[in-house]
Amino acid sequence: MKAETELPVKVEEKEKGRRTLPMFVQGALYLSPSLVLFFIFLFYPMARTIYLSLFLTDGQGEPIRFVGFENFTYLFQSPSFQNSIKATVLFVLYTVPAGILLALFLAIIANEKLKGIGFFRTIFSSTMGMSVAASSVIWMFMYNPAIGLFNQIVQVFGLSETQWLLDPKYALLAVSAATIWMNTGFAFLVLLGGLQNIDQQLYEYAKIAGVGYFYQLRKITLPLLSPTLFFIITVSLINAFQTFGQIDMLTKGGPIETTNVIVYSIYKDAFINHNIGSASAQAVLLFFAILLVTLLQFKIGEKKVHYQ
Amino acid sequence: MKKVDLLNVSKSYDGHHYVIHEISVSIETGEFFVLVGPSGCGKSTMLRMIAGLENISEGEIWIEGRKANHLLPHERDISMVFQNYALFPHLTVEKNIRFGLHTKKISKQEQKRRCQEAAEMLGLTELLDRKPRELSGGQRQRVALARAIVTQSSICLMDEPLSNLDAKLRAKMRSEIRQIQRQLGITMIYVTHDQIEAMTMADRMMVLNKGEIQQIGRPLDIYNRPANTFVASFIGSPPMNLAKVKFEGNVLIFEDGRAFAISEKVSKTVKEKDLLIGIRPEAIRLARNGENALVVTTVNSEILGTETFISFQMANVQWVARWNGQWNIPIGKKIPIIVNEQDIFLFSAKNGQRLYSSPQEKSSFSLEEEILL
Amino acid sequence: MRTAKTIILYILLIMSAAVMVFPIFYAFMISFMEGREVLGGRIIPQSFTFDNYMSAFERVPLLRYLWNSFIVSLAIMVGQLVVSSLAAFAFAFLTFRGRDFLFFLFISTMMIPWEATMVPNFMTVQKLGWLNTYTGLTVPFFALAFGTFLLRQHFKTIPIELYEASLVAGISRFRFFWSVVLPVSKTSLVTLGIYSFLTAWNMYLWPLLVTNNDSVRTVQIGLKQMQSQEISTEWGVVMAAVVIVILPTLILLFAGQKRLQSGLTQGAIK
Repeated sequence: MKAETELPVKVEEKEKGRRTLPMFVQGALYLSPSLVLFFIFLFYPMARTIYLSLFLTDGQGEPIRFVGFENFTYLFQSPSFQNSIKATVLFVLYTVPAGILLALFLAIIANEKLKGIGFFRTIFSSTMGMSVAASSVIWMFMYNPAIGLFNQIVQVFGLSETQWLLDPKYALLAVSAATIWMNTGFAFLVLLGGLQNIDQQLYEYAKIAGVGYFYQLRKITLPLLSPTLFFIITVSLINAFQTFGQIDMLTKGGPIETTNVIVYSIYKDAFINHNIGSASAQAVLLFFAILLVTLLQFKIGEKKVHYQ
Repeated sequence: MKKVDLLNVSKSYDGHHYVIHEISVSIETGEFFVLVGPSGCGKSTMLRMIAGLENISEGEIWIEGRKANHLLPHERDISMVFQNYALFPHLTVEKNIRFGLHTKKISKQEQKRRCQEAAEMLGLTELLDRKPRELSGGQRQRVALARAIVTQSSICLMDEPLSNLDAKLRAKMRSEIRQIQRQLGITMIYVTHDQIEAMTMADRMMVLNKGEIQQIGRPLDIYNRPANTFVASFIGSPPMNLAKVKFEGNVLIFEDGRAFAISEKVSKTVKEKDLLIGIRPEAIRLARNGENALVVTTVNSEILGTETFISFQMANVQWVARWNGQWNIPIGKKIPIIVNEQDIFLFSAKNGQRLYSSPQEKSSFSLEEEILL
Repeated sequence: MRTAKTIILYILLIMSAAVMVFPIFYAFMISFMEGREVLGGRIIPQSFTFDNYMSAFERVPLLRYLWNSFIVSLAIMVGQLVVSSLAAFAFAFLTFRGRDFLFFLFISTMMIPWEATMVPNFMTVQKLGWLNTYTGLTVPFFALAFGTFLLRQHFKTIPIELYEASLVAGISRFRFFWSVVLPVSKTSLVTLGIYSFLTAWNMYLWPLLVTNNDSVRTVQIGLKQMQSQEISTEWGVVMAAVVIVILPTLILLFAGQKRLQSGLTQGAIK
């Protein structure tokens, strides 16, 4: 047995007899897979997108002529893009607040200690296991004008059939409803976790003090849940801006571009219209929009969130 | 009228295994009553049943003359201090203290006044605007206390409130809590696993083990006349020394063959053969020349400054003697010790019940007598 | 009062559960129905038939799609675990100049929306000849900042003294990583693994771009393909396909639910 050695200040210096690489190289080695991949598939493409947004491009995506901000000005003036912005903003407004309120409601009732509560928690989180494609197919069937569930219900009330996905009045709402359902599982799990992190004894004290259920909700649950709420609102907002799958499956951006949210618009421009310059410009705008929303969130959140 | 009455209260979570077995006790108004026992003995569960946070499986609980089994916590005229204080991290100290007062239908001014009073009583006036995370453990504890006081409930329940504090702070808070309780006349039901807290604070205490009452009584009564080996070794520090002995004729024979003679008075009361003998550390003294002593070998000695604990081998167990002063006794030294018969306890080896203890009152001192003498 | 509240809660729970689970339940029911029942607008099948499932496998290359999804998801899961754990190890234990800068770099990747990079990425993958290959579907995703952070959090709970002691004993850093850090962090690795697998299985946009034939097409795009075929009106068969697609993820979700929940919570608080 070696005699006990003191731990050296710089551990590397004790490794005699082995040619060890300097720490920097070692560190870089471990990080290299990530860094290489990030560079090729994240940083380079992002830079390239910004670059391409300043050019007119050919069908192959090669830049032809530098046009500066023309792509952007053209976009802002085009009614099609304005439609896109409107659709995106409305979509976010429809899905995020309602979705979080729903998930919060479910999390609150699923947080009680009742027999069989585990079963309900499983059901409420189940939509997290549903892919966008699968969920879209099911909702598409439910929206089917002839045999879909919603029209069956509507007929019971004596109203006429609606073309849920084809009627400009309803298409965005229909897609929003489906989206809210799809996103509930994840938000529910996060909020439930946040609720369970709250010290149960606080509620016990409240019981002894005699305050009512809703008072506890307002004064104990919500303030202490605020960090988690902040997190899920931020994540949901960012996700909402990036919606694509259900649009592609349900409406393909229509009818008359009422559901042409920005990512779908980028996809159409790039891969169907082969207008890479315009698509890149939109992508840049999307990037800044998300950045802006996130920064705003943090600004507001700093003030209102109670950290422990 | 008794403040709190428990009649044959039992609790089970699954209908088969009982965590609390038929507990009955009456707690008087203004009494400082302590539930003491090792971890898992059920004392916290008992407290929570009194609070109404847990259901009572069998038995009845009466509070101030009303049957309270189905009363909600806030209908029981109680306040509670939790082990982890349960302070609201997002509220200031003042808001914490005033939390829930609005349900008692008292005006905002009255709330403020009570809060000020309690803060003064506990030295918190400077801290009213702080948040709990800025406070030390002791300060948080006092906020929890203040919160209980402002409700002016006549019964206060405390669940190991001092166990998260360091020893010095604990000693200080013990005294403070006791003084406040006396001053306000609150009926206090206090749970702890620390027998020193129980001994120093209680008017009466209940020793619990595995959900069953071991003994109820005043601290000194329990100390001087423990009902069984559990109480004898749980109360008192260092714990009472115990050893197996066999009773034959007028002699108690230890497992190593050594014998201890006992008088007729004692042997008359003992009916069983297999016994446990119990002797408190302070009752073992150094034998003087000529006395009929037991010679034992020192195994360890701890000098505390005011007293010395000497461990020695006794039959198959290690015993501890406690002597006043600073004794320098080397390990391995043989010392002669002696015990007075009036200081011994005899317990049944079968069930631990106390079979004999001296009927004489333990010598306790009276100030007047001492001065006059 | 106590019981009234309990009853109300149960009613709310049951109603909410019914609404939330209905689409999934509906899909299951339709998948067992015969064609005419579906057109008749029923909800519960009268006749229970597996015909739809058989049709699904026969008329759509479902098995191939499932296999492709499985390979892709597994590859991404393993890839992410490997790449993230290596990076997390570097951040948690190694000290070197520029570490903080690189860490900040990792954070910045979370700010870049994936959609802003999809066009050049497509062109890159095309140039590399990775279209319609497993490589093209998986490699771009191996690096995950979120995964790195999750694992780094957990790695940091391992006392640094353990690491230093192993170095003094002459054990290489990689050895330490392999034999100590990884086994101890099983829980986070499993959490990340489940998350990766689920996310990969459900991916939509990238497989859409990168596959234009059935060779490596994943099952999600397979569902989309079904829409443009005549089979799209045979809802019984379609639903059977849907059920087959969601079954693995639902099962995985139920099995790992508790872990996923606690893992997500930790991420949220940080």
